[in-house]
Amino acid sequence: MTKAKKMLLATLTVGLLSTTAALAGDVRIMWYSDGVEGEVLQDLINRFMKDNPDIKVTIDNVSYSNIREQLPVQLEAGGGPDIVRVTDLKVQSKHWLDLTPYVKDPKYWQDNYGEQADWMRPDGSSQISGFMTQITLTGGFANKTLFDQAGVPLPDAKASWDDWAAAAKKVAESQQVPYPLALDRSGHRITAPNISFGANYVAADGMPAPLDQGAKDFIAKFVGWNSDGIANKDVWVSAAGTTYRAAAEDFINAQLVYYYSGSWQIPNFATKIGDAFDWVATGSPCGPAACSGMPGGAGLVAVKYTKNPEDVGKVMDYLASEPVAKEFAERTLFLPANKAVIAGGLDFKSDNPQVKAALNAFVAASSTTSPVALKMPGWKWSDAYYSAMVGRVSQAVAGELSLDEAYQRIDQDVADKVKQAK
Amino acid sequence: MAAQDSSPRPAPSPGLTGAFFAPVRLLMSLIDAPLRAWQKAAGLTGMAGFFLLPNMAIFTIFVLLPLVINFVYSMSGGTAIFLAERTFVGAEQYERLLTCASYLDPGTCAEDRFWIAVRNTGLFLLVQVPLLIAVALVTALVLNRDLKARSFWRAVFFFPVLLSPVVVGLIWRWILQRQGLLNLLLYETAGADPHSWLSDRFWAFAAAVGVSIWAHVGFYALILLAGLQAIPKDIYEAAEMDGTRPTRVFWRITLPLLMPNLLVVLVLALIRAVQVFDEVYVLTGGGPGTSTMYLIQYIFETGFASQLRNPGLAAAASILMGIVLVVLTLIQIAASRASERRGQR
Amino acid sequence: MSAVAEFLLSRRGGKFWHWTDIVTWIWLVGGLVLMFGPALWLALSSFKTPAALAAFPPSLLPYVTQQAVVEGYEKPLPLFTVTMDDGGTKTLAEVRRIGTVAQMVDPAVPAEIIKVPISQRKPLETIEFAISNYTEPFIHFDFLRYLWNSVFVTTMATLITLIVNSMAAFALSKYRFRGQSTIMMLILATLMVPLGVIMVPLYSIVSALGLTNNLWGVILPTVATPTGVFLLRQYMLTIPDELIDAARMDKASEWQIYWRIVLPLAAPALAVLGIFSVMWRWNDFLWPLIVLSRKELYTLQVGLNIYSGELNMQWHFILAMTVVTMIPVVLVFIFLQRFITTGIAGTGLK
Repeated sequence: MTKAKKMLLATLTVGLLSTTAALAGDVRIMWYSDGVEGEVLQDLINRFMKDNPDIKVTIDNVSYSNIREQLPVQLEAGGGPDIVRVTDLKVQSKHWLDLTPYVKDPKYWQDNYGEQADWMRPDGSSQISGFMTQITLTGGFANKTLFDQAGVPLPDAKASWDDWAAAAKKVAESQQVPYPLALDRSGHRITAPNISFGANYVAADGMPAPLDQGAKDFIAKFVGWNSDGIANKDVWVSAAGTTYRAAAEDFINAQLVYYYSGSWQIPNFATKIGDAFDWVATGSPCGPAACSGMPGGAGLVAVKYTKNPEDVGKVMDYLASEPVAKEFAERTLFLPANKAVIAGGLDFKSDNPQVKAALNAFVAASSTTSPVALKMPGWKWSDAYYSAMVGRVSQAVAGELSLDEAYQRIDQDVADKVKQAK
Repeated sequence: MAAQDSSPRPAPSPGLTGAFFAPVRLLMSLIDAPLRAWQKAAGLTGMAGFFLLPNMAIFTIFVLLPLVINFVYSMSGGTAIFLAERTFVGAEQYERLLTCASYLDPGTCAEDRFWIAVRNTGLFLLVQVPLLIAVALVTALVLNRDLKARSFWRAVFFFPVLLSPVVVGLIWRWILQRQGLLNLLLYETAGADPHSWLSDRFWAFAAAVGVSIWAHVGFYALILLAGLQAIPKDIYEAAEMDGTRPTRVFWRITLPLLMPNLLVVLVLALIRAVQVFDEVYVLTGGGPGTSTMYLIQYIFETGFASQLRNPGLAAAASILMGIVLVVLTLIQIAASRASERRGQR
Repeated sequence: MSAVAEFLLSRRGGKFWHWTDIVTWIWLVGGLVLMFGPALWLALSSFKTPAALAAFPPSLLPYVTQQAVVEGYEKPLPLFTVTMDDGGTKTLAEVRRIGTVAQMVDPAVPAEIIKVPISQRKPLETIEFAISNYTEPFIHFDFLRYLWNSVFVTTMATLITLIVNSMAAFALSKYRFRGQSTIMMLILATLMVPLGVIMVPLYSIVSALGLTNNLWGVILPTVATPTGVFLLRQYMLTIPDELIDAARMDKASEWQIYWRIVLPLAAPALAVLGIFSVMWRWNDFLWPLIVLSRKELYTLQVGLNIYSGELNMQWHFILAMTVVTMIPVVLVFIFLQRFITTGIAGTGLK
């Protein structure tokens, strides 16, 4: 054997040896943060480890793009962490571990998290994959101070998208604000008004249906708003792929009258707007078919390839337990998924009265969520639909595609994805 | 010679360097004995093999093998990563990439985003490369003058080359966005309303070109500067004696003598331009619409990032692009050979 | 000062300013502003609070609203300059704001509430550097660990790159053997393959070797750089063969020739490759991001990335940590700039 071979071998051995082999009692959680939730989780886990000294839990904080882009590849290769917080729950459900044999009381899980269990397991299965760390609902936010100053009354809960657009335009003109209205660059977000306009992406056989009239109606309206300057065009044209872009900065800056985003913005607004102006959550505006928002959220799931399913089960049991879930929600200002926690009532940790009002508004708005919208998170093809929607509607907004071309491309992109998955 | 060297004689380089190199030197002389044996057994060719082995082994595993796998990917379908789990589809991915009703209009192609990326990359190439070379040339000419603190000025233009592409993109996004420095300056000086530069087709393209020039011009300027400094001074002196005008000196003397370096710069800049990605991706994300989406972004998003992940299609696109790159690289080799020959003359 | 004056006034020669002097002057000063200005702006922005970062129009320096403790109120209240009805201005503290009207108090007379339309008040601002953008990540963010990983990856990768590349370059430039031109062609052909293109297959290999979540999985794929081999080979070709033949006459082994003759003579090229390798590996982002998903293995560039959430970017932390990762680059720049620039010019890097 030559020196070089030896050297190479030595290098490789050193490399292999330094691979941290999964020790018994080692649990890794991969976690992304929008705000303080990483710190809250660390707190909760520290307490868990004090009570369970034989289990060592490590939280790997990563970026959201890491979860979206690198994690799928790791999972495909049979790797990844033991527990992970993800939003693409359904498409990747074949990688999740069935926790039923590893949790203390499967019935507790079914009772309290059963409603979203379908969002994170393969179709037709009854496994327990994990639980939702937070439930989100899309909805609008209005800058009430701007409305007051313009002397325009806030549209009521029954107001349509057109009413809001017209009112926001009036306010923007009177107050010299650049943008009346904005919608996050996201397929999930635009699906809410689409459904209110009567869209249904799901065909009778459960497969993706071609874009229907309801969706086309709203997309046409939205693209029109962008070219008329009613909607903030920058948000949608500012990327080419499926990249998410929010208009939160403009709203925080009082450059935007009406902002359609979701419940997760509340903690963000509370810290960044502070006392600068009054803002209110308005629920979702109406279309001809419904006044629906889109449910969603991030789930914490166990990964099938873990070496320590027992310990993973213990960690998941702890995090899903009522007091822990309650504390997590109260400190992060997230809407909880746990039924017992919701029934017990929450005391959100914020001294900002606008925050509580907004959280309540979202709870109230959840009653108008359309059944079609409720089905979307548990539907296997929703991500394929959303990503096609984002890319193509952006191109239409940027003037690269006509509406008809955009519709056609959305259908084709979805069909390609279906074909690819076979 | 060997015995002499391994004796602990104080190293000629003093202090720290000497202390650092002493164990290295010892190690190297220890390796020497077994290697002499190998040299005796295998001869000079065997030694060549020994010197090549580590590099080629790593190169084969981590560069060549992925390239081969990539080719197999391009002939298969599905979202799986391991080859065993992928299905063979033949030339289907290539077919999909190359199917167009009209090659002049990306909108008529089956995979329209690929052709948009090709068109955008072509446009970028045509604008960025000449501008980059022009700026690099002026910079080199300026730096070649009799300047005070020339090494400082040389370094000024080289500074961005050292930054990572992510940082470059971030820095400029922070300047060009709505709440950015540029709008602030325009507002303070001209009272102009804020403009969303990166959402404007023209300005986003200009920004992509400008930022990539900003980030790389120092590198090319240095190559050109080396060429300028190699031009013998007496040629200029003779021209000055004859009273030749400086512009004429530039066109008649400087430019022709700089040609070999210019050629290297041209080919390098072309290859880099075909590969433009990181800094523009951070800067514009490919927008507005798809107007700054370039080939690598298309390949990256198709293969890795997008929810529409399709590694086979990405691999096929990368192989088509690879062919273009190899052609460009071959041109470079030919060019540098030609200039070497000229240098020998 | 005199050096500046000399620079300002130096001319092409002769009495008058030649137009090339003016161009030179504009180019250099413009270059100075353009090349350093943007990085400076980033550094200044990194000291702003999240609210100030989002503000329009942005301010050049980090401002925050002044606060004052007023008797009878638990928390410090923000101070505003208020234009009163009589046209005079007064500094008041805001208690709360209801719609378009703010309830304010004079800190001197805390009992009396004054109602002020919000259009008539302006926050009283003061410059304050938000150091917490830096200190907080240092607490939550295992900075020293990440720094160590980055340093480890950078040094190991650079050392291995220099050794294996120089050995290969030596073989390719100073020996004649079968397959030599094939290897050269292979290296040249892959010279320009960008990582983005082979990332998926490369990941499958690294994962099959069990090198994911391992710093060697970041180091090994990068070390056999075709660029390095090419650069060193081109340089070694200029070393006269007579030197090597003479050494062989003296019974020097091939290894000694490589180690004692060729390497020292190739020092300028090795220095350039070394510096570039340090820069490349230090700045590497995409590949480590894919291979490393455990926080004790993060490099700085990967660690920096955790502040990008799904719905929110924590820009104040991202900017601050970007500045921190830039510091070594700036240091290299300050101490080695002469070396880098003359080295590249000297080797005619291709």
